[in-house]
Amino acid sequence: MRRTLLESLTTGALTEPAPAPDRAALAELAQSLERAARARLGRSLSIRHVDAGSCNGCELELHALANAFYDLERLGLRFVASPRHADVLTVTGPVTKNMREALLRTYDAMPDPKWVVAVGGCARDGGVFAGSYAVAGGVNDVIPVDLHIPGCPPNPRALLAGLVALLETAGARKR
Amino acid sequence: MSVLANIAGAQPVEGHRPWPRAVVDEAGWVHAIDALAAGQWTLSGLWGDAGCVHMAVIGADGDIAVLTYACHDGKFPSVGAKHPPAVRLERAIASLFGYTPEGAPDPRPWLDHGVWGVTHPLGSAGPAQERVPYTFLPVEGEALHQVPVGPVHAGIIEPGHFRFTANGEFVVRVEERLGYVHKGIESLMAGATLDRAAQLAARTSGDSTVAYSWAFAAAAEAAMQLQAPPRAIYLRALMAEIERLANHLGDIGAVCNDASFALMHAQTSILRERVLRAAEACFGHRLMMDAVVPGGVARDLPANGAQTIRAFIADVRKVFPRLIELYDKTASLQDRTVTTGIVKPDYARQFGAGGFVGRAAGRNFDARRNVSYAPYDVLTFEVPVLEAGDVNARVWIRIREVEQSLSLLEQILDRLPQGDLRVGLSARGACEGMAYREAFRGDVLVWLRLDAGGRVARCHLRDASWFQWPLVEAAIENNIIADFPLCNKSFNCSYSGHDL
Repeated sequence: MRRTLLESLTTGALTEPAPAPDRAALAELAQSLERAARARLGRSLSIRHVDAGSCNGCELELHALANAFYDLERLGLRFVASPRHADVLTVTGPVTKNMREALLRTYDAMPDPKWVVAVGGCARDGGVFAGSYAVAGGVNDVIPVDLHIPGCPPNPRALLAGLVALLETAGARKR
Repeated sequence: MSVLANIAGAQPVEGHRPWPRAVVDEAGWVHAIDALAAGQWTLSGLWGDAGCVHMAVIGADGDIAVLTYACHDGKFPSVGAKHPPAVRLERAIASLFGYTPEGAPDPRPWLDHGVWGVTHPLGSAGPAQERVPYTFLPVEGEALHQVPVGPVHAGIIEPGHFRFTANGEFVVRVEERLGYVHKGIESLMAGATLDRAAQLAARTSGDSTVAYSWAFAAAAEAAMQLQAPPRAIYLRALMAEIERLANHLGDIGAVCNDASFALMHAQTSILRERVLRAAEACFGHRLMMDAVVPGGVARDLPANGAQTIRAFIADVRKVFPRLIELYDKTASLQDRTVTTGIVKPDYARQFGAGGFVGRAAGRNFDARRNVSYAPYDVLTFEVPVLEAGDVNARVWIRIREVEQSLSLLEQILDRLPQGDLRVGLSARGACEGMAYREAFRGDVLVWLRLDAGGRVARCHLRDASWFQWPLVEAAIENNIIADFPLCNKSFNCSYSGHDL
């Protein structure tokens, strides 16, 4: 174990520079945020995630955000275990009818101000699963969405760019 | 002796490939149930269709067959009454088709949570009925308490509900309730074109997208009596092994992480990321989604692709042995994984558990070898098997399979033939096909009927998790609640692949 740890110290970091905020995402967010909310949050956001019916592809890429290459937490973003600790709710998948209530309850458990990020093509409009008897629709059909990150699944860079845009807008410097 | 030869009066069905399908009467169906209950055959699938139910079985000699029973008044003799692995499959049939398994031990709905606005969506769909609260199995005893967990979990994972009953720290029963991510995939497939159905198959379980796409394509090709070009077959195997490698690397780290050993997780995550980047460089998508299509593959390996893959093979070979040593020599970690969450070999055999769950508990089955599809029939690899059935054994099977996958990738690159990537598909009249493919977590079964116009009439996708989820319930018994995440991660069953 010591060898592995020592080597990590001497071989330099794998972590890559963070991407610039996604322009399109910035424009979408500018409309949905209020100045008062910005001042309260500073440059740090806690994220709660709900899989509302995804194929698990988006979850794999959300997980990748924690690896050494992307290192989400250095940007002040972290995933938390309870909606009561969260500022941001990321939601993947078409919202299945069987998950609709759990999603609503999670959203309701979050304190204001809060933002919802719909992750992936299914979360936008149900994707390939739209029209099924078992699917309620996209995330916006159940709770209000502030930002979409497209992709099937979005790769970690796209996820990072979207979340950084959220941070830039939501967490714009406290004075 | 083949499975069907045992059954008097079995009526073979034409145009079902590559294994036979036969319609059986009640005596034949009951004969099959007895053979399953006696442990002579293995149940490999049980699903509904218009007016009937199908059962896929693997016989004593490894021969595969599908038995069909025409439901009378929407009823069929319960398989689950004598063979527990069928219970949830029958409950799913009742939820989706409304057929009643007569004599079934558990009449509760499975996938239907009462909110679809429709009942029996794949059978004679009816209006929604009044929502009945779900009753969990009763528990008796002193000083018991219950802990409901999910469907929303603390981590970034799929949704499902676990109802723990504990005495102090010790779990006396956990009951799973699944179906939260039921998307109606089989309903969406009905009437779909092959291209659209292939997209849905690829999104049945995102971590196994290559395995599902390949199984679906192979079932379609079997039905239409087509062969994908040799280069496509090798590229499919290349992608399937990259997928297996990425998932196993992720799992080994994640299991250790659930035992609070974050260093391993950090190290294997780096390897996993390198593998995914290589996949993107070679096939344009990190998970290689939609790269395998009916008739062949949609993307070719670029000129520098082999070099990219050999580079990460070298990367993994350099770091991985040291990580194995770290796993094996860290006493605090071994203390958590050894003898935790034991699956008894009897259960693994009875449930026909595939993947590392079965192989860690003595069930020597791997579709790549037992069903032996190309190109694995000419490649050299070992199927590691252990008997202990604990978390540690499931980690070790993955470790050995990482080594095997690296070797398979090299063999595939060495032998990769030149040539076409895809053959054209044209409708050939109504036909049926089925295929097994070994996903990282076990064998995926796809059964497919095409109509005369080449569209999907009925498609059933059976994830390995159907025969693994029930064993999670058995494995956690008498472990402490705090070890549940560790046990569950060591199984890593699919929610989406199961719920469909």
